[in-house]
Amino acid sequence: MFRFALRRSAWAIPTLLLVTFLVYIALRMGTDPLASYMRSNPRATRSKIAQYKELNGLGSNYVTGYFSWLQNFVTFNWPNSIKGSREVWPELKDAIANSARLGIAATTVGVSIGLTIGIFAALRPGGKRDVAVNTAAFVGISIPPYISAILLQLLFAVYWSKWFGNTLFPTSGVYPPGQDGFDLVLMLKHMALPTFVVAIQVIAVYSRYMRSSLLDVLNSDYMRTARSKGLSEFRILMRHGVRNALIPVITIAALDIGAIVGGLIITENIFDYPGTGKYFLSAFGNGDFPLLMPLMVIIVASVLLFNLLADISYAILDPRIRLD
Amino acid sequence: MQFLIRGFVLTNTVIPAMSPRQMAWRRFAGHKAALVCSAILGLLVLAVVLSPLTTRYGVNESVKAPPNSYLPPSKLAWLGTDDIGRDLYSRLIYGTRVSLLIGLFSAFISVFVGCVVGAVAGFRGGRFDDVIMRVTDLFLAFPFLVALLVVRNMFGSIGWLTFIVGEVSSLRFIIFLLSFFGWMGVARIVRGQVLALKEREFIEAARASGASRSYIIKRHLIPNSIGPIMVALTFSVVGAISGEATLSFFGYGPQPGAGATSLGLLVGQAKGAVQTGFWWIALFPCLVLVIISLCINFIGDALRDATDPRMDAGK
Repeated sequence: MFRFALRRSAWAIPTLLLVTFLVYIALRMGTDPLASYMRSNPRATRSKIAQYKELNGLGSNYVTGYFSWLQNFVTFNWPNSIKGSREVWPELKDAIANSARLGIAATTVGVSIGLTIGIFAALRPGGKRDVAVNTAAFVGISIPPYISAILLQLLFAVYWSKWFGNTLFPTSGVYPPGQDGFDLVLMLKHMALPTFVVAIQVIAVYSRYMRSSLLDVLNSDYMRTARSKGLSEFRILMRHGVRNALIPVITIAALDIGAIVGGLIITENIFDYPGTGKYFLSAFGNGDFPLLMPLMVIIVASVLLFNLLADISYAILDPRIRLD
Repeated sequence: MQFLIRGFVLTNTVIPAMSPRQMAWRRFAGHKAALVCSAILGLLVLAVVLSPLTTRYGVNESVKAPPNSYLPPSKLAWLGTDDIGRDLYSRLIYGTRVSLLIGLFSAFISVFVGCVVGAVAGFRGGRFDDVIMRVTDLFLAFPFLVALLVVRNMFGSIGWLTFIVGEVSSLRFIIFLLSFFGWMGVARIVRGQVLALKEREFIEAARASGASRSYIIKRHLIPNSIGPIMVALTFSVVGAISGEATLSFFGYGPQPGAGATSLGLLVGQAKGAVQTGFWWIALFPCLVLVIISLCINFIGDALRDATDPRMDAGK
């Protein structure tokens, strides 16, 4: 087991290097970092430009350029952003913290509701509850996050205050303008709508996974054995049913990180929430290479990490799987 | 005794012969929601195909002389007007036309490429299979919007490529870009199907009788996986339409020229209309997009049930 995990982790590092190299090429070709630097700093001196090229590894050769960028990156000699020449790390750190808060909240709410609904649907396949859950999940999948976000904004930004005379859920930012310091209630109120938008997708997806996975398990022989032993229905369901049904679901959950990050990007932009999604789109729009590269490295690394976790958790949870 | 058995057989085997296609159609017709969705989608397609007849104004035509902007839904403009007084209903039909075109074209390209790559990878196995599946895994795990934007700009900067598939903001380029991402999911499905089929006796028989690899793929493997492929086709259409809408929403979509619009562009306008409270501009484009994707998803789900021969076992 340990050797398997070690070998898979060892593979992750060359993959990370290869993928970041490809991202480096794609960003260099696509955003033209030098031209966007000149556009943002029209009066930059020649030495400033040379320094910018040096720090970002923007030499003429892609391979040597990548390695000089990599060297600066791992030694934390990060270049400043091209617009306003700000330090990248503090900004990135805040964005990640905000996104992580939103992502964790949405995933927790979504997964717990989704799994519960999925279990209830699987108990009586073809019954009224099952049909209702299935239809609702279908509708949830068919509504893209930007559409549910727009409609919720319309409802809460315009009509709620018109009908009830107060704002229940604010529709932008993490805090109202002018607020400093920490305020849990305000923060939760601001997070409610974006969390809901991301959670809809999560609920729809996970209720379907859980339903089909549990249905497979409920038809298996060991369920009949458990019943013939005289265990209570609840105990059979929890100990033998749900526990086994969770194995594939957990694996899929680890692979789903990309979809959740994607949903966050869209949602954050609509609700003006200062997370990685806003960070990415504004940096991408400006062609801000120094801001983009560290974010991409983190995204690639987390995708690889969760892939790895999926493989390992699958191997741990399902003893039938042979590792070598 | 013999008489009894014969009598039993005679009275109970009067079942009309049905081809697999007829059986699939019967199962599909049993799916009420899918039938309703097919009807709705059919009406929508009809309205789009007959677009000069079904629309009331031109794409850029104002409904009346100014002041004509932001008129709420009325007899003059059934779904209201936008910021410069154009009829939202007519624009929605023109926009749906462009979006359906993008969806269908890129879905067909994705499915074609996905079938070829998936079948070859599954059938040959080995190094080719490993590399292809690793690459698709990585792409599918990556946040879709990030990958889409980065690759879009990269392709847009390659001179010879834009010479072939058009400029970044053209429809051709969007179709190419969405197909570039679309084939991977299809390839994975087809590969799984081929892996399951290739050990079966009829493939062995075909190989023993001297059939070439491409003949087996074309004549046996693809026709036998037609069900999952059709399901993948419907989901590709939804994926492409919503991909175009996402890109347009953030301002990276196609600019279909002065005489056209797309659903994504209309939904993008909705973003601005939200804060001001012009609800019709926000609501109706979103509704059309949701109806289209809901209908196609339901049809795809019913197709999956209909083409799965195991579905009869339980009945």
